[in-house]
Amino acid sequence: MDFSTLTLEIGAAALALILLVVGLFLPDGKKGQVGIVAALGFAFLLVLSFLAPGSKGPFFMGQYMNDGISVLFKQIFILGSLLVTLMSLRFTRRFEDARGEFYVLLAFSLVGMMGMAGATDFLTLYIALELMSIPLVVLTAFEKGSMRSTEAGMKYVLLGAMSSAILLFGLSFLYGAAGSFGYGAVMAALTGGQTGPLVVIGGIFALAGLAFKVAAVPFHMWSPDIYEGAPVPVTAFLAVASKAAGFAALLRFFPVVLVPLGLGMTTLIVLIAALSMVLGNLTAIPQTNIKRMLAWSSIAHAGYMLLGVMVASFAGAAALVYYLLVYLFANVGAFAAVTAWSELSGSDEISSFKGMWKKSPLISTVFIVSLLSLAGIPPAAGFIGKFFLFVEVAHKGYLWLVALALVMSVVSLYYYVSVIKTLVSEAPEGETSKADIPLALRAVMLVSAVSTVVLGVLPGPVMGYIRNILSTLSS
Amino acid sequence: MGTITLDHYIYLASALFAVGVVGVLIRRNILIMMMGIELMLNAVNILLAATSAFNGDSAGQVFVFFIMLVAAAEIAVGLAIITMIYRNTGSIDVKDYSRLKG
Repeated sequence: MDFSTLTLEIGAAALALILLVVGLFLPDGKKGQVGIVAALGFAFLLVLSFLAPGSKGPFFMGQYMNDGISVLFKQIFILGSLLVTLMSLRFTRRFEDARGEFYVLLAFSLVGMMGMAGATDFLTLYIALELMSIPLVVLTAFEKGSMRSTEAGMKYVLLGAMSSAILLFGLSFLYGAAGSFGYGAVMAALTGGQTGPLVVIGGIFALAGLAFKVAAVPFHMWSPDIYEGAPVPVTAFLAVASKAAGFAALLRFFPVVLVPLGLGMTTLIVLIAALSMVLGNLTAIPQTNIKRMLAWSSIAHAGYMLLGVMVASFAGAAALVYYLLVYLFANVGAFAAVTAWSELSGSDEISSFKGMWKKSPLISTVFIVSLLSLAGIPPAAGFIGKFFLFVEVAHKGYLWLVALALVMSVVSLYYYVSVIKTLVSEAPEGETSKADIPLALRAVMLVSAVSTVVLGVLPGPVMGYIRNILSTLSS
Repeated sequence: MGTITLDHYIYLASALFAVGVVGVLIRRNILIMMMGIELMLNAVNILLAATSAFNGDSAGQVFVFFIMLVAAAEIAVGLAIITMIYRNTGSIDVKDYSRLKG
């Protein structure tokens, strides 16, 4: 066995353990340095993922797969973890003695996400899913004294466990039909005529369980509450990395049930995507809390990205990865701006944004760029991401879906722009204390905003890289 | 007296799963909701063990052990969160948790 295939997974797991030990030996009051070690570690892993993505191929007797999709998704997860770590260096002060564990849990969750991107077996998928979810639950409830945070954690653990049970129930029916947990064997058995009502039920339950993880309608109820209650960097991590992990798993899982169950599964996923786009965008309009609004917007984005899964082609996967990258920078930028602003004003209500432009042009600029990217306005990357994605959907022949997505993008413009309008408007009273933004947070905001613009203006090199990795390492 | 077939296990597991879902959805006490989830997972365990025995493939029974293990970890985290919530609110009834609407 060639363990170099698992370089990144082993690296992430080792990093988590190292952080645990480092945290143990640091004196009280200096635990924040774990965050710096974590940031260095994630940066190292990111570099490593470009230099040594590992050889292609199945591993552990077909339970695990390292190919183009998993390498690209691993890079997205590591990038997300790195940005969230940098974003939270100052923020975690409030956790005092538990500060080190925050980063340890991030790293363990990262290992789980990598597993989800590589899993080609139900058992691996389930273990990786839980390895990702359980640390996320703890992170959500990390503010022990805050009722909102603990309540969000409680909702997450209950609904998360329920969705896992639903996923498992579906998987066990698929196992019953195929007699194996491996994706390849299941696909072969189902294509070979092993289909019946129970298999269809199994496929639907399994899709429902995975749809919960990406927060698509009608399995989205958890996300606004949890996004609002969780500490802001954790919300960013949930919105970016955990959603990307859900899509990585869906991208691998969908073809397994798609081929034998044919058009039915495609119709189902089209329906989920359409509902997510409509409900997510319409419900985002009346929100008054920025985290809740971004949660509804992320539900709408899950709808767009499900279209990329539905296409189920090489080009569709490339467009989806590009969209996820764009979505990552836009969301990290927005949440970093919210973090910086809530440190300053102590509020994450949209109404508290009045006078932001006067107080801190940096936060405002990053915020505006991120929101424009989420809305899909041309100079920002959101436009080109949507363009790549919708072209693939149109190629597949779903023109009405493209039309619906475009109409809903226009609707989304309304609530994004009204936030921008609030933040450039005058403050009610004229206090002008200068913003004090920590260096790391400033860096995260700048990187996100610059990347958003660069990805929007020059999509060629990154898209070329994605296609190249997908085709050279693809199965 | 007919013999017990795989279908019987499927009915049993589906019924248990349904009871678990209903328990999570209609009960307002978090501990009971947790028990509902355990019931759902145990329904899956029965289904996996039965299909594995009838298929003559031991992988399903191995999966059951993993599910038990992960469920224990999940419940441990869940109970810890319930303890924190109880300290904050003095109640384990979900209708008292309305800081987050929805």
